[in-house]
Amino acid sequence: MNKSSKKKQTGMGEESFFSKLSRFILILVLDAGAIWFIQNAVSKGFTQMVGVLAVITLMLNVIFLHPRAYPFRWMAIGLSFLVLFTIYPMLFTIYVAFTNYGDGHLLTKEQAIPLIEKTTYLPEAGKSYKWTAFKSDSGDYALWLVNAENESFLAKPGESIIPAQPGEPGIGEADSSGIPTSIDGYTRINALVAATDKNLPNIRFGLEGEQAVQIRTQNEAAELEILYKYDPETDTITDQSNGDVYENKDGTFTSQFGKTIKPGFRAVIGLKNFQDFATSPALRGPLVQIMTWNFIFPTVSVLSTFALGLAIAIMFNDKDFPLKKLIRSLLLIPYTVPGLISIIMWRGLLNSEFGIINRYLEALFGWAPPWTVEPFWAQVAILIVNFWLGYPYFMLITSGALQSIPSDIYEAAMIDGATPWQRFQKITLPLLLVAVGPLLIASYVYNFNNFNLIYLFIQGGPPIVGAATQAGHTDILISYVYKLAFESGGRGVQYGLASAISIIVFFIVGSITLLQYRFTNMWEEVSENV
Amino acid sequence: MSNFSQNYERLRSSQKFQKQLSVTLRLIVAVFLIFFAVFPVLWIVSASLDSSQSLATQTLIPAKAGFQNYVRLFGLDPDYKFAGLDFKRWVFNSVKVSGISTILSLSITTMAAYAFSRMRFAGRVTMLKTILLLQVFPNLLALVAIYVLIFQAGEIIPAIGLNTHAGLILVYLGGSMGINIWLMKGYLDTIPRAIDESGMVDGASHFQIFWNLLLPLLRPILIVIGILSFIGTYGDFLLARILLTDADNYTVMVGLQLFTAGQFDQKWGVFAAGALLGALPIMIIYLALQDQIAGGLTTGAVKE
Repeated sequence: MNKSSKKKQTGMGEESFFSKLSRFILILVLDAGAIWFIQNAVSKGFTQMVGVLAVITLMLNVIFLHPRAYPFRWMAIGLSFLVLFTIYPMLFTIYVAFTNYGDGHLLTKEQAIPLIEKTTYLPEAGKSYKWTAFKSDSGDYALWLVNAENESFLAKPGESIIPAQPGEPGIGEADSSGIPTSIDGYTRINALVAATDKNLPNIRFGLEGEQAVQIRTQNEAAELEILYKYDPETDTITDQSNGDVYENKDGTFTSQFGKTIKPGFRAVIGLKNFQDFATSPALRGPLVQIMTWNFIFPTVSVLSTFALGLAIAIMFNDKDFPLKKLIRSLLLIPYTVPGLISIIMWRGLLNSEFGIINRYLEALFGWAPPWTVEPFWAQVAILIVNFWLGYPYFMLITSGALQSIPSDIYEAAMIDGATPWQRFQKITLPLLLVAVGPLLIASYVYNFNNFNLIYLFIQGGPPIVGAATQAGHTDILISYVYKLAFESGGRGVQYGLASAISIIVFFIVGSITLLQYRFTNMWEEVSENV
Repeated sequence: MSNFSQNYERLRSSQKFQKQLSVTLRLIVAVFLIFFAVFPVLWIVSASLDSSQSLATQTLIPAKAGFQNYVRLFGLDPDYKFAGLDFKRWVFNSVKVSGISTILSLSITTMAAYAFSRMRFAGRVTMLKTILLLQVFPNLLALVAIYVLIFQAGEIIPAIGLNTHAGLILVYLGGSMGINIWLMKGYLDTIPRAIDESGMVDGASHFQIFWNLLLPLLRPILIVIGILSFIGTYGDFLLARILLTDADNYTVMVGLQLFTAGQFDQKWGVFAAGALLGALPIMIIYLALQDQIAGGLTTGAVKE
């Protein structure tokens, strides 16, 4: 650290008035926007999001107000994005892994309890009525009720239900069936419209605790009682009809007889997802298979693509090789086609029935591999596709690295009488591995999570027969996670389990990468170079 | 003496012969390799020109050659109905999303790299290492979280929610504090500080030095990182697939994937035409700039 750079660090003393002013205006606008956004988020109950936004706003305030934080102003936007879209999703994923978030548990507890408390029942003493609905211009509703004894009542939400007769003050004359044609301030709605009105069944008419009536069917309104009452103190729900107590068990209210109330809600369930991952026989069957393939696939892919890439680089390395530039450009083509297109293209080429490859093989040998149907051949097909996709990358990398090996080493070896194979084995390969070793491991990690290839080729298929979840023979962990989380296939999305597997994948990939840093001393170099 | 020179001549010619033999053999290998590399692409070209448009009947030289598939791709064939197909729009969406996010992400990356290269501050090394470490956690694993985040953002400001390009761009920008900072910082480090100091002597501010003196010198690396990031975004499938729900908002990659649903072998020809047009811009960029891109790929990784 030299003097001038030290001066730069604190050298903001000469900041102009204008610059200072604009800085304050910027931070004011930013804070105002952030507060508005956070307020909205609070009102919608997005707790986690509120947290991360508060952190970012605070960070930005410090960065722009504290003079010593000057260097961070240069990366303020980048840092905000880093926190919001990289670090926060990581933390959220970890949180979700310990919850039962997924189908049946999609809501938060705060959202679920009001829904549960909406359920009603008709007590034995409860009376039922025939109803006619009225609606005011401002959208308020009123009900005209007639009971079995032909007594009529007028009911409005939040007011006592009062006996009423057509023709009374404020109530219009009766029609042929004895129902008033109008009520002051309200107009009668036709029975068909009323039957399809979405609001009506949810409104409780009358005064809560005294007498309240709710519409049950097209013909009947009744003194329905709320079936479930939540007690925040004991965190239990009591069934009002028979006094059963439901306790909160991992996000589902469950009675002692094992009865449950829907919907459940998101709850922290500890290590259950991880235990399921390890112990559930239904999961374990496909998982062992998936994990095995998840290690075979990147290993074979990296070795095969590296071998071909290196072979090409060596073969056409001579400066005066004829048509060198053209050959290299043509061999580079697989790298230049966007991955998704190549993969779908290969899917067409390798189509078991109609694909060109199988049509030729069939014509030549009378037999062709059932690429997309049989597990083994599906795996072979994936390896072939990745071979095509991957070798040009290593061709590029290794030909660059070959150039950096000094030629005098080869000359010395030739004088000592080394054969070409010895030169390759003793000079080229070791020197090359030092240079491209990290890229080999990076490529391994990339392929370990090569979702696009696996998913776009045949969605991880063919399916594993008898698996409890949607798992296929060419699935790797990451595509399996995707299916668990986003493609229910009738079994329900399982964000919790998917996140738990994500974390396991992270640990596998993380330790491979750590090994890479160890192995190549990259960490030390990184420290030297910064 | 003449004996010696004769022997020498023979040796030379045999070496020359050996060399020629080796070159010939390698050329033969090259032909096979090129066939392997190019055949699938040729096949797509042929499929796109084959009006019978079925996978089952296609031959390398189309029996019924024509531009029927391209006509269909652009919705000009009234007899061909494929719900939700709007290729022109997808291309426009892709270029728009990739273009905007590339430019924004380049600005973010370059400014941050400037601070990392030219200033010394507490936590600098830790941050650089953290950026590297965070790359280990694949974006893909946090899909659920990103989906929920954008969904919630859209509940408050619909313009950045699900099914909007702005939301997608924001997510892409999340990656701009990534490995590219290392590339950019490495390049900045090679620019002599004397340049900054000459500016400082003249009383230029940090921003003036960055904008007037350094930015013009960064052009080569800006082009490489810009192209790589454009290609990366253009080719992204998963995030776009999850965040965009309307066919109108799809990018080319998401749109092309639509073809694989259902009777894929019946849509093969139109898919081929779309794939070719979708891939062509990227292929041209790569082939034209392969040396620069190879240089960018190996910077920092391959020691020279």
